[in-house]
Amino acid sequence: MPTESISGKMKNSNLTGWALASPLMLVLLVFLVAPIIMIVVVSFWGATEWSIYPAFLFDNYEFLLTSDVTYRVFLNTFKYAFITWVCTLLIGFTVAYFLAFHIRTLTWQIALFLLCTIPFLTSNIIRMISWIPFLGRNGIANSTLISMGVIEEPLEWLLFSDFSVILAFVHLYTLFMVVPIFNTMMRIDKSLIEASVDAGATGWQTLWHVIIPLTKPGIMIGTIFVVALVMGDFITVRFMSGSQSANMGRLIQNDIALLQYPSASATAVILLITVLILIGTLLRFVDIRKEL
Amino acid sequence: MEPRPKSFYYLSAFFFLFIVFLYGPTLTIGILSFQGPGGGLTFPMRGVSLHWFRDLFEQQAVGDIWGSFSRSLILGLMVMVTTVVVSIMGGLAFRKRFVGSTVLFYLIITSLVIPSILISLGVGLIWSQSGLNVHWSSSGFGAQLTWTLPFGLLIMFAVFNRFDRSYEEAARDLGASPWQVIRYVVLPIIAPSLIGVALFGFTLSYDEFARTLLTSGSYNTLPLEIFGMTTNVTTPVLFALGTLTTVFSLMVILVFLMVVWFVNRRRNLKGSDAGKGMI
Repeated sequence: MPTESISGKMKNSNLTGWALASPLMLVLLVFLVAPIIMIVVVSFWGATEWSIYPAFLFDNYEFLLTSDVTYRVFLNTFKYAFITWVCTLLIGFTVAYFLAFHIRTLTWQIALFLLCTIPFLTSNIIRMISWIPFLGRNGIANSTLISMGVIEEPLEWLLFSDFSVILAFVHLYTLFMVVPIFNTMMRIDKSLIEASVDAGATGWQTLWHVIIPLTKPGIMIGTIFVVALVMGDFITVRFMSGSQSANMGRLIQNDIALLQYPSASATAVILLITVLILIGTLLRFVDIRKEL
Repeated sequence: MEPRPKSFYYLSAFFFLFIVFLYGPTLTIGILSFQGPGGGLTFPMRGVSLHWFRDLFEQQAVGDIWGSFSRSLILGLMVMVTTVVVSIMGGLAFRKRFVGSTVLFYLIITSLVIPSILISLGVGLIWSQSGLNVHWSSSGFGAQLTWTLPFGLLIMFAVFNRFDRSYEEAARDLGASPWQVIRYVVLPIIAPSLIGVALFGFTLSYDEFARTLLTSGSYNTLPLEIFGMTTNVTTPVLFALGTLTTVFSLMVILVFLMVVWFVNRRRNLKGSDAGKGMI
């Protein structure tokens, strides 16, 4: 009898779980799983100049994997992701560390944290546009540098270059590092730090041997966000490079603009596999649900 | 209190620079949007005027921005309500293990990390191949949910990780039905976090670009309209629009923060002990 009632209870909790999760499941099935399947299917289709037709061709992949453009763009995508990751990590960690360990009252911590969060809730496109007056040929950066006598000619590489792309990424996404790192730091037991100081550690030693190891889960979550966002981006690269640089997202978008959906889908499949492998690897180092 | 270590001052300076970096560009376009009628996209200011804001009300200068604004607003509210409801239900579901909960969890993570353009492309393809017309209120709405729901759910997971279950037990011991426990105990305790979920739902939708790109059809949302303008508008009217929509976002954030503040204050005034366990 008892085993029966336990299994009955299990069934019951499964039912409630499913009932409660069903709207979520429905949304994800229709707008996440089905689109992925569709992309995989269409990546084997053929295309004429104006239409696409069902088929089972490897042409799209063959073309993609035999062209050096693909490899260069692929490498470029990783380059953007890596540099952005390093910058956001250094800045994000420093900001979170300051908020968590140097601000002494909770009210101020919340206030300053909100100050960091608010830009995230405004438009990314506007935030990108807002770099134009700074970085342009006659922009604030160039005119300041010229009037200070540092340079004589305006710098051409400030806007529409790899520099401006990465600057925009860092500007847009550093917050995704600050939030999880700050969250993890706030949960560090302060007595551990006291113990480390009492045991004679210098500030740097405490930081390196106590705080950083304990902050790793937050760093991992931040990394997942930043890597996923930068790898999947196309709009920042297009806008901030003035269409002069490319990443995988740009390749996809170009194909879409030319109505070459099968070829866009093949690139999308490769990009998705890459991102999922990367994120899957990162997830092995952190239990997201426990860290929230 | 101990005196501040030297590092505090370096870090304060660093933090200050970070804030300047975050807000500086936005403030600059805020100032430049008051350019005189002859002014360009950067300094110097050629006079101060409301010329470019006035232009926003003229169809020829900017196209249908007010139409796209109202679409974005309605879509934002739709996404907000759906995100809150689905996230609460999902959050409650994940408090207990159920068959498939792990798979569902990884789907949520996938929904968060998947390159946005894939959602746009996939949903667009499904709609076009089934002969439907993409529309912001159907395909666009669903595509945006794949972006807002993971955030809502992650917030709910965080909330329920810190939730003190003894309140629920107390309610059940007093004879409350499961629905009553949710309605009169759980929901009031998590209310401030729900306001956070609503804020995320609205603002993420209102500013969403990549997932809406191929799924909104011929009627643009505001971010799409703004992006379209970047390719052919080279006057400060772009900055005026940017300023206006940023001010709107800030006002929305302010309203939400005030609601949280008000809810908390009311709670404290009424002397209820609800919520004391959720820090």
